[in-house]
Amino acid sequence: MEIGLHHYLILGGLLFTLGVFGIFLNRKNVIIIMMSIELMLLAVNINFVAFSSFMHDLGGQIFTMFILTVAAAEAAIGLAILVVFFRNKGSIAVEDISTLKG
Amino acid sequence: MLETIAFYLFSAILTFSAVMVISARNPVHSVLFLILAFFNAAGLFVLLGAEFLAMILVIVYVGAVAVLFLFVVMMLDVSFADLRKGAMKHVALGIVLGGILLTELIALYSTWQFAPDQVAHSAAPVTDVENTKAIGEILYTQYGFVFQVSGLVLLVAMIGAIVLTHRRRPGVRSQKVGDQVGRKPADAMSVQSITPGAGA
Repeated sequence: MEIGLHHYLILGGLLFTLGVFGIFLNRKNVIIIMMSIELMLLAVNINFVAFSSFMHDLGGQIFTMFILTVAAAEAAIGLAILVVFFRNKGSIAVEDISTLKG
Repeated sequence: MLETIAFYLFSAILTFSAVMVISARNPVHSVLFLILAFFNAAGLFVLLGAEFLAMILVIVYVGAVAVLFLFVVMMLDVSFADLRKGAMKHVALGIVLGGILLTELIALYSTWQFAPDQVAHSAAPVTDVENTKAIGEILYTQYGFVFQVSGLVLLVAMIGAIVLTHRRRPGVRSQKVGDQVGRKPADAMSVQSITPGAGA
């Protein structure tokens, strides 16, 4: 059986859904939530590269590089905020992050 | 045939490790499964003919992002068992929403078709040069501005992370270069006038 675009797209959809489900499953643990976000970004990247490959258009691969850049920046800033938050509060539970609630 | 087997192998391990990332009890295992997921995604990229991105994925994600996650998970002294308490409370909602999302995505994707003239509208048509060279040829020309902006994004992220996590502890004897450079002779010495014979 020939592997077509649909296979990759459905794999990307499955991975994205797993990322969304991971946020529900670990809604207290910020680190796992960030990993779920990385999974969702990976799913999007797979979609981009699959489209790029099957449409014979390199634009998708360029866009994937920028997604990688932004994802790396996001992970760095997010984890830095997490470390600072842990230093101040001694906890990383999501429900403790409510100082800005007013 | 080999490509089909490779696709199913990579995607099976990818899906399995994604499930393990979100369900592992120990966050260190989660990070390790995330690394496995990235390696398999890189394999899929190779299958799709995007070798450069596959290598970038391994270097950036496995080499930097996943190691960063590993650092933070090991550095924070958190009881992860407490964080899992009540984790099953919203699982039903999650399954329903995830099921709806997956159904919609599959319904959308399985009927996907390209427009007959889509090749005419492609932003950067693939030529016969190899993948890395082709990306380099358009990344620094057609997408040069965006490339530099993404460098700026990384710079801001770097400065932000350093500023956020840098801690200035009081009472530490460290060198203060500014004070040293700003020191003047008048701060350190003065001329005393001593009358002859008065010195002891």
